[in-house]
Amino acid sequence: MSYFLDLTLTGIAAGMIYAALALALVLIWRATRVVNFAQGALAMTTTYIALGVIQLTGSYWLGFVAALAAGLLLGALAERGLVRWVETGPPLNAVILTLGLLLVLEAVVPMIGGAQIRSFPAPFSISASQIGGVYFALSPFNVFTIGAVLLVMLALLVLFRFTGVGLSMRAAAFAPDVARLLGVRVGRLLSLGWGLASMAGALAGLLVAPTLLLYPNNMDAILVYGFTAAVLGGLDSPIGALVGGLLIGLALSYIGGYLGGDLEAIGALGILIALLMIRPQGLFVHGAERRV
Amino acid sequence: MNAMATGATRLTGRISNTLARHALIAILFVVVAAFVLWEFDSFDPFLVYQLSSVAYFAVAAAGLTVLTGLNGQLSLGHGALMAVGAYTTALVLKQQADLSPALVLIAASVVTAIASIVVGAAAARLRGPYLAGVTLGLAVALPGVAVRFSNVFGGDAGLNVPALIPPDALSSITPEVWLAWIGLVPAAATFVLLANLVRTRYGRDFRAIREDEVASALYGIKVARTQVLAFVLSGACAGLAGSMMAYTSNLAAPGSFPLTLSLEVLAAIVIGGLGTLPGAVWGALVIVFAPDWIGTLNDAMHLPNAVRDQLPLALFGLVFIVAMLAFPHGIQGGLARFWRWRSVRRRAAAA
Repeated sequence: MSYFLDLTLTGIAAGMIYAALALALVLIWRATRVVNFAQGALAMTTTYIALGVIQLTGSYWLGFVAALAAGLLLGALAERGLVRWVETGPPLNAVILTLGLLLVLEAVVPMIGGAQIRSFPAPFSISASQIGGVYFALSPFNVFTIGAVLLVMLALLVLFRFTGVGLSMRAAAFAPDVARLLGVRVGRLLSLGWGLASMAGALAGLLVAPTLLLYPNNMDAILVYGFTAAVLGGLDSPIGALVGGLLIGLALSYIGGYLGGDLEAIGALGILIALLMIRPQGLFVHGAERRV
Repeated sequence: MNAMATGATRLTGRISNTLARHALIAILFVVVAAFVLWEFDSFDPFLVYQLSSVAYFAVAAAGLTVLTGLNGQLSLGHGALMAVGAYTTALVLKQQADLSPALVLIAASVVTAIASIVVGAAAARLRGPYLAGVTLGLAVALPGVAVRFSNVFGGDAGLNVPALIPPDALSSITPEVWLAWIGLVPAAATFVLLANLVRTRYGRDFRAIREDEVASALYGIKVARTQVLAFVLSGACAGLAGSMMAYTSNLAAPGSFPLTLSLEVLAAIVIGGLGTLPGAVWGALVIVFAPDWIGTLNDAMHLPNAVRDQLPLALFGLVFIVAMLAFPHGIQGGLARFWRWRSVRRRAAAA
């Protein structure tokens, strides 16, 4: 029973990371109707930037901030510099474009940072905690992970619900033409949306690296888990991304714990396939709309 | 090759049956290629090996062309489907090592087609990015299965595939050349069948769905069923390609089928031009020979190892970006435009 509890706790912590990446995918899908397959590669890149800053300054927190800032910047640049130009073409072109970005990042980062597997520091211990002589699978870093993702989600919620910029961003995503007529700078807000999304992705990258290590394609599998979580949540719903991430985190933790870690990815694939067959619109979106 | 094909088309233009015409072009091609390989027995074995690689890459790319170019669905998992074909080949040959390559190749494509049904059926009910996501999952997950069930799939080291030995009657040719022959025939057959298919009702249905799903459904096309069919057909090609790859490298191992392999197959069709079968051949040539060209470039420029190793991938990524921004029709699109331009000029000159 305690093994089950351990798996549940670590599953929740891992699920928060998948939720952060799922949130990034959902925000971009809502804003531009593109699944950004480069989201994982962007997060890997910002984590390498964080590692560089940490090695240079010796401060984890400077690296942490640098990664989030780099995520904001790279995401906005990707939208403004690349995706903006294929917006009007077939949706396939935008997807292939993000795959191009994935390949370029996964090739250029090791050119600069080396292709070897690197360890990445954690601000808190990643080994199990001990409270009153009882071991507890949830490490201090796991607690930090859960808190950091919840904080970012809360900040985004406040931004979208309670600020003028957030309202304009929702307008730009929901009805770009009408918003433009009403004086909303749609292009800029879409860039900002991509930037904020990539910031959430960058957070996922920072939280993955201490336990799963850092190498040029360390986010490939995490991207699949994040995508599965996003689809589970309906691909359109930030709350769905959070719940989807938690469900996937738990499911994969049990699969890894009872059946073997190599099967986590195939488990995620199985969940995704089953989900698409049974409830393709996800758990949190009612009434499938279809744009003609 | 395309110039040759054009010439052959002119020769065979009078044959009204499409299948017969395409088959004749392919037979001409195979005979010429086999003759060249036979005569130039002193070819660099590595070059012959690269030609075998072009053959299987072209088959995989042709399959993806049908799916992505004609039907408008994206697969990021063709590398994983090639792995299914390769492992099928290794497992079948483990049971019976002297089985005819023809039977093994067919078995590999059938098994992969069956695997494709599951993946395709899940994703085809929805439009948008779902098939891309599911196939991405397939590409990421499959190596883990090979490692977990290592008693069947040989773990990280993979399974050996016995080398093909030329039959006694042809003992004068080298194993490399024999391998290239074995690669050419299924490649030519695949292109004939696909070229024929795109001109049938199914090919028109594929394109109609790519252009407008709702209109196709109103017209009476079973959209989901047709999309699954396109994916299964494409998967069968990938399985065949994987089997050819296993024969070429004498190995089926998880390390040979990373996500980047799937992206290279996609790069081949983007370079060649989405939706044209000859484009798949151009793309396969570029993918197989690009590392060589980069090696030559490196000899001239003395790049650091870290840069040299990653340069092909970085360039393929740039190709995706530049192609989508500037040349969505690839090499074949450019050539087609050139030929149109030339024939218009010639007609103008005649008039």
